[in-house]
Formats: sequence, structure tokens, C-alpha cells
Amino acid sequence: MNTTEDKNTKIIDDVTQSDYKYGFVTDLEMEMAPKGLNEDTVRYISAKKQEPEFMLEFRLKAFKKWQTMKMPEWAHLEIPPIDYQDIYYYAAPKQKKELKSLDEVDPELLKTFDKLGISLDEQKKLSGVAVDAVFDSVSVKTTFSALLQEQGIIFCSFSEAVREHPELVKKYMGSVVPYGDNYFAALNSAVFSDGSFCYIPKGVRCPIELSTYFRINTANTGQFERTLIIADEGSYVSYMEGCTAPQRDENQLHAAIVEIIAMENAEVKYSTVQNWYPGDKNGKGGIYNFVTKRGICKGDNSKISWTQVETGSAITWKYPSLILKGDNSIGEFYSVAVTNNYQQADTGTKMIHLGKNSKSTVISKGISAGFSNNSYRGLIKMTKYATGSRNFTQCDSLLLGDKCGAHTFPYIQVENKSSIAEHEATTSKISDDQLFYCNQRGINTEKAIGLIVNGYAKEVLNKLPMEFAVEAQKLLSISLEGSVG
Amino acid sequence: MLQIKNLKVSINEKEILKGVNLEIKEGEVHAIMGPNGTGKSTLASVIAGREVFSVTEGEIIYKGKNLLTMSVEDRAREGIFLGFQYPVEIPGVSITNFMRTAVNEKRVYKGLEPLSASKFLALMEEKKKLVDIQSKLTNRSVNEGFSGGEKKKNEIFQMAMLEPTLSILDETDSGLDIDALKIVANGVNKLKRPDNATIVITHYQRLLDYIVPDFVHVLFEGRIVKTGGKELALELEEKGYDWIKQELDSKR
Repeated sequence: MNTTEDKNTKIIDDVTQSDYKYGFVTDLEMEMAPKGLNEDTVRYISAKKQEPEFMLEFRLKAFKKWQTMKMPEWAHLEIPPIDYQDIYYYAAPKQKKELKSLDEVDPELLKTFDKLGISLDEQKKLSGVAVDAVFDSVSVKTTFSALLQEQGIIFCSFSEAVREHPELVKKYMGSVVPYGDNYFAALNSAVFSDGSFCYIPKGVRCPIELSTYFRINTANTGQFERTLIIADEGSYVSYMEGCTAPQRDENQLHAAIVEIIAMENAEVKYSTVQNWYPGDKNGKGGIYNFVTKRGICKGDNSKISWTQVETGSAITWKYPSLILKGDNSIGEFYSVAVTNNYQQADTGTKMIHLGKNSKSTVISKGISAGFSNNSYRGLIKMTKYATGSRNFTQCDSLLLGDKCGAHTFPYIQVENKSSIAEHEATTSKISDDQLFYCNQRGINTEKAIGLIVNGYAKEVLNKLPMEFAVEAQKLLSISLEGSVG
Repeated sequence: MLQIKNLKVSINEKEILKGVNLEIKEGEVHAIMGPNGTGKSTLASVIAGREVFSVTEGEIIYKGKNLLTMSVEDRAREGIFLGFQYPVEIPGVSITNFMRTAVNEKRVYKGLEPLSASKFLALMEEKKKLVDIQSKLTNRSVNEGFSGGEKKKNEIFQMAMLEPTLSILDETDSGLDIDALKIVANGVNKLKRPDNATIVITHYQRLLDYIVPDFVHVLFEGRIVKTGGKELALELEEKGYDWIKQELDSKR
């Protein structure tokens, strides 16, 4: 057996393993609905949240629809059967009264946020990031709402929006992802717990990055969050979603929905750094991330971009997509997806061109290591109305080691003669020659892999807001670095 | 500084080096010449530590230490530099980033503080001037899209940045036009110090007009069969390697 190959394989193995940094649980008093899902569960959730009638009706319709649907099986994924009756659909930390300030928040809760590096205190205020911290199924006090209110910007928890801004919720919720869209969308629409709501008024440029942190705590609690972002004409917002989750043995289902609406001349930038627990080295445990994310560039000249760095989850199944309805609208999808050990990912995007001269760009960088499987699945559809539309897609795969897999399933459907669709794909691995070159310059193999992987992902990382880019780089290192030497 | 004693090296059960002896002292420039396939690059790779080659016998002592037990990166940090014959591309990794990592790894190994960003950039400017490298080159990814000449110049630039004590230049002149050759040779000469040494591996005498060797060795069929001064290179140029073969045959 070749010594160099052995050694480098071992180093690659070590480098791609690391103890999940955020593995811990908060022992807080949790109030939970009994396990299982039936109509009563749905009513319970709605009642607990004190929702208006229209919301309960929406949930019930979705639940009835879900009961008629079957879980899709076309993905390049091996998903162990999920017992939907074996999950808690609601968990809220017990709180005695309405909170006016952070001083009144349960200190245990605050300690949790500290451990996660989320600080709802002055530090965050100074860095100018408004944080809506979601603790399991209930949102804790939102900061900065006053500052944003001055501009007429609404940024609050979804539950609060349902109570305080029902007209907006009623108008837009389900307009991009209808409750019958797919199996998990129906499930989410029935039992969604909480999430973020954001409305930017006409002509307003949101002055700060908006951000949300999540945490799944209680065993077998499905996290079904719901986010709705509405950018009115000529407005701009940059939104960051970043998640951490604790170490658990039982699989945890995460079936979220994110809907984005951009009106004429508006722009929304949505960035995600996802770090869900990926399962242990043997593929046990870990989060199932089955998310439906979709935006609509509704007005002319509108623009929405999705940027994601996905390093966690046992199974990732998501296609942040865009409907480019407005003329001259622009859609972008930038993604780095890392899979390691026994992780699986089937992810990509759908760009549906309806508007004339609409443009879309897709840059997907997959990194596979260990025994994982990483698939890109993309649909570029240009309808007959989308004259002059253009797409550029580049999907690259990087393989670390020789036991992982990278797959590509691109679909291109062009229904008019003036559209242009470009597709490029590369597959590469870190060669022994490259590692030796780095070694010979005094750089050990672990650092070399870090350098090369970050260089590979640079094009996507550069699209992240600065605050996130640093976390993303660290995350890439954590997910591929181990305890070597 | 470097002592190679009876070095035997194989790859895939095939013996390439059959007992090489070589001694290099500080301040010296040694040229190693020989026909294709004779083991010159193998020798360079083994000194650098490429594990695909198996050392079956012999030893290499570097600055009093047993080199063969050291990892590739440690050998580099101890001051060994290999100028590759075919430098590999590393897309996405800028030369600046790459060099900064390498320089700081060496510093940390020696117990020094890593260089701050500004000090590092100043060092880069200084070395760029020294070896006459253009600024644009260093913003690019390591060797990506470089011509042969640019790759070789980049090797010399890295050499300047890392200040090695033993440099091994493996066919640095291959693929270079005369102007590029002069620039590369100039760089190497400027980096010469009384406390470092250089091994120049080449086929052609031409490079040795610019990098003047103290010793010329002929590596033939896995052994160093002849050693002389710089005139030996001229003699080889004139008579070809057949002359060496004939000399050996007549001795047998």
C-alpha cells in the first residue's frame, strides 16, 4: 500500500472530523404539546399562539391537504422512514409574563444565547445587527424594533406579525409557497411554530443587516419555522439566517418555509450560514433539513439573491428558488454545500423566467468528504414569455478522499428562441501533487486543505455580508478540520 | 551541510538510485547533470521528502540531523526548498495568501511571531524587487494560468520569500527563453549567501553560464559517476553523455 496515499488519506480523514462545537442542551422548563400530529395538535398550536381565525383556517386546510399527500421519493437521498406521530410539534419555554426588556428574560435562556455566541446586549447593538432570536418554537424579545420602526420597517417574529399585522400576513403568506406546493410545505403550513416577518416600505433602504438565530432543543421537536419578507417598491434589505443546534441522538426534522416578495425596483439579499448538527462520525443522529425557500421578483427590475453556506444537517434537501416575473428582474443563487462522514445533500435551485430580459446566475460549489453524497439539482426554465432572458450556471464539485460522491442533475427548459442558457461544470479533487507542493513550502496537509477549500469556495463566500463571511470561513474550517497533531 | 551516503531509492519495486554519495557545504553551488531518466528528479524529490519513493538503503544528514525521519513540512521549515520542474496549480489560493501562510508557518516553527499583514506586504514588495517579479503576478492564484516562464519565476520568488538554506532547483531552465533564463539566474545569484547552498539540476550547460557552479556531478544510471569543476559541464556539452558511458565501460 502506498505510504503517501495512506498518510494523506488519514490526514484527510482526521481533518474532516471534528467534535461538533455546539453540542449541548439547555435544561429549561419546557412546555410541550403531547407527541403526535392530528387536527387537535393543530388547534392546540393555534390556540397557544392566540391566533386569529384566518390563521387557524389556513393551518387546518394545510393539514387536510397534507393528509392526502405522500412523501416524495425522487431525490438522490436515502431517508430512513420518519414517524410523524413520534414528534413533539410544539415546545415553548415557560414564561410567566410579557417581557418588556432583556432584563426580564430567563437568565438560563440568555446563558444559552451567550454559549452560542449570540449576544442580545450592547455588543450586538454596536455592531448594528438586529437580532430576532428564536428559541425553539417561541421568539424571544426582539431588539432594535424601535430603531427600525422609525423607518417604518417591520421586523418581528412571525407570531407577532400574525397578531399585529394580520392584513400583511394574510395578503402575502402562501403567495409564493402555497400550502399544497409539496409535502413538507403542507406540513409546515399546518404546524409552523414561529419565524421572522419583515416588511420594508416603499423606497426605504434597511440600514442594518437583519438576522435570525435558531435552535432546536427538545428531543423530537420538529422545527417548523416560517419566514416572510416583503420588500415594497424601490426598497432594499439584506437578511441573514444562521443556525446552530445541539447534539442529539434522535433525528430532528426541520421543515421550514421562507417566502420572499420583491416589488418593482426592490432588492432582497438573503444569506444563510447553516451549521445544523450533522450526525456523529457513524452517521447517527443529525438534523433533517427539508426546506422550501422561494422568492418572487414580482415587479420589474426587482432583484433577489440567495447565498448559502451549508455545512451541517444529516440530510439536506432544499432548492432556494426564484420566480423572475418582472421584466428585467435578476435572480442569483450562490451556494457552498459541504458534506462529510455520512451526510447527504440534494440541493440546488430553480430559476423560473417569466419576465422579458430576466437574468439569473447560479454558482454552486459542492464539497464532498468522508462517505458522503452531495448532489446538485437545478432547473432553469425560460417560458415563452421570457424573451431575451439569460442564465449562467456553474456547478463545481470538489471531492476530498475517494469514498465520497458528487452528482449533478441539471435541467434546462427553454421555450423561446431569444433566450441564452449557459452551463459549466467541473469536478476536481485535491491532488497529491498540490498537497506535496504545500507541504514543501512548510504548510502541513491540514492547513493546506483549509487553504485550498477556502480558495475553492471564495467566489461564493465573497457574496456574503462581511459579518457572515468570517463565520462562514470558520465554519468551513471546522467542518473539515480535525484534531491532527 | 548536506551529506548523502550510499542512498538507494526505489519506486514500485524498481530501483532508481543505486548508491548515491554527495556532500554539500555552506556557500557552495552544485550542479547535477545527466541523461533523462537517470534519477535526477528522484534525488530532488527524496531530499524534499516525497513519500512515493522508498529509501531502501543509505542516509541523508542535513545540518547534523537525520533528514529521512522528518516530515516534508518540517524539512521545508528547516530550510530546504525545492524549485519544482512542473509547478502545480492551486486555483483559488492567491500567491499572497499562500506565501503568507508558508512564511508564518516557518516563523512559528522557529519560535518567532507571525508577521503582521503590513510587515508581510512590505516583505513581498522587497522580494519582488529583488528578483524582478512584476506585481500583477502575486495577485493571481498560485500558478493558475501561468506560462512556463511565469511558473519558474514564481518558484524563484517563493525562494526569495522563504530564504532557504538549501535550495534544489529541478530543471529550472526548462521551457525558458533566454531573457527569462537571465531573470531566473539573476534571482538565484542574488539569493546566494555564505551560509546557504544550491543544487542546480539541469540537462544543459547554458544555465551554468549564469549560475556558475563550484562542482558539477554527473548522475548516470542511478549513481554519481563523475565530479568536476565547471569545465566538466562544458566537456559534457561537447562530448555528450555517450562519452561518460564509454568511460564507464572501459573501466569495467
